[in-house]
Amino acid sequence: MKPTELELQALRTETDEMWKLVLSQIEKAKLCYLSYDRELAFEIISREKRVNAYDSKIDSDCENYIALYAPVAIDLRLILSLLKIVNTLERIGDFAESIARQILDEDYPKIDTALAEELQIETVFDTVITMLMECYIAFDTENTKLSGKILATDDKVDQLYYDALPILSNYILANPEKGVYSLKTLLILRKLERMGDHCSNIVEEIVFYIDAKVLKHTNPKKSVDKQ
Amino acid sequence: MIKTEDINFYYGDFQAIKNISMEIEPNTVTAFIGPSGCGKSTFLRLFNRMNDLIDGTRLTGNFIIDGQNIYDKSVQVDELRKNIGMVFQKPNPFPKSIFENVAYGLRVNGNNNKKFLEERVEEALKSTALWDEVKDKLKKSAFELSGGQQQRLCIARALAVSPSILLMDEPTSALDPISTSKIEELIFKLKQDYTIVIVTHNMQQAARISDKTGFFMLGELVEYADTKKLFTNPAKTETQNYITGRFG
Repeated sequence: MKPTELELQALRTETDEMWKLVLSQIEKAKLCYLSYDRELAFEIISREKRVNAYDSKIDSDCENYIALYAPVAIDLRLILSLLKIVNTLERIGDFAESIARQILDEDYPKIDTALAEELQIETVFDTVITMLMECYIAFDTENTKLSGKILATDDKVDQLYYDALPILSNYILANPEKGVYSLKTLLILRKLERMGDHCSNIVEEIVFYIDAKVLKHTNPKKSVDKQ
Repeated sequence: MIKTEDINFYYGDFQAIKNISMEIEPNTVTAFIGPSGCGKSTFLRLFNRMNDLIDGTRLTGNFIIDGQNIYDKSVQVDELRKNIGMVFQKPNPFPKSIFENVAYGLRVNGNNNKKFLEERVEEALKSTALWDEVKDKLKKSAFELSGGQQQRLCIARALAVSPSILLMDEPTSALDPISTSKIEELIFKLKQDYTIVIVTHNMQQAARISDKTGFFMLGELVEYADTKKLFTNPAKTETQNYITGRFG
């Protein structure tokens, strides 16, 4: 293998590792939320530093790769995509950490199971985890066939978030003393909804890398469906 | 280890190299870059005293290789050059067979044992990734090879006498991109066994293959640093202007 290919391989390996770490952070955030596990929350917060370290390292490696090897065509698209994907993964990691911090918040008691079920919070968590996993598979296998499915799934996450608004509104009316709790629950859902949006952004980057198509600022779902 | 201390070099009254001090670690690739006439090739040719062949030249300072000042009167230039191979811009095979080109240096050194020569020729050709391409035509003229193959043959010829240092003066500037890529891969592989110093006009080549890079200008070593550092955050404005194409 040529030195340039070895460097690219190393970059991809680092990105894979970061991706797996972020996935495990969301999975842990889900467990942490559902089981109100404060120890796990501390673990997530501690591991966020590793996510940040990967972000900085891969950013720097991409900069070096561009400066040293002047990549073109698919190699250039890979590096440009990696810069954005890694940045997005870091933000997703931030959301997982933020959920963990909320669990540690004194004002946020153990979840109201009935409310969580009505809001389908576990489903939202699972859907976002699946989206990020499918993004990983699409990137790793250099296959954009999953793109349309991932983008459609984001619509479902958005819908679950919008459905939560009237549910929480009614819950506050019925339980005025739980107003702050309800708003903080909405914040968790908002973070999950944003994670879904970030997965869509990752899909756009994967399509740019593999198919050289720019989905940004278009209706990405339509553009992917056309393929 | 190669170490130079305050090297100044003159062609008559003209000072081509000014106060250059640097260290080169073993088993690394060091690239010299800079505009034409900056002294990088002149400096490279000091490593094996090639400039001794030019009348009216003069050197001051210490040029130390493995603890020995190579410009000491006691140093035998022939012995020095056995340890320091050199490859030039244009492939320059001898008008001999492929085998005899590689065996040439060994024969000059008095090695004529057939088995020994065969082993060393095969080893040198394998280390330059040329063996599979030429093993069935070793007796054919070296001129039958392509330009890229001829350059790898010249590298094999340099390696056959087991040097520890390999100097390359723009070794790919006369080659097409595919041949260039092969030579670059070869350099990457060879650094496991040799210390390589290369002069190149191609900045991207320096960036791709070297561990350290020296930027020369008007006979001075303006900056000498890790290649990654030099190409991402050079310390000197002159270096930045040169590598970004604003000057030179």
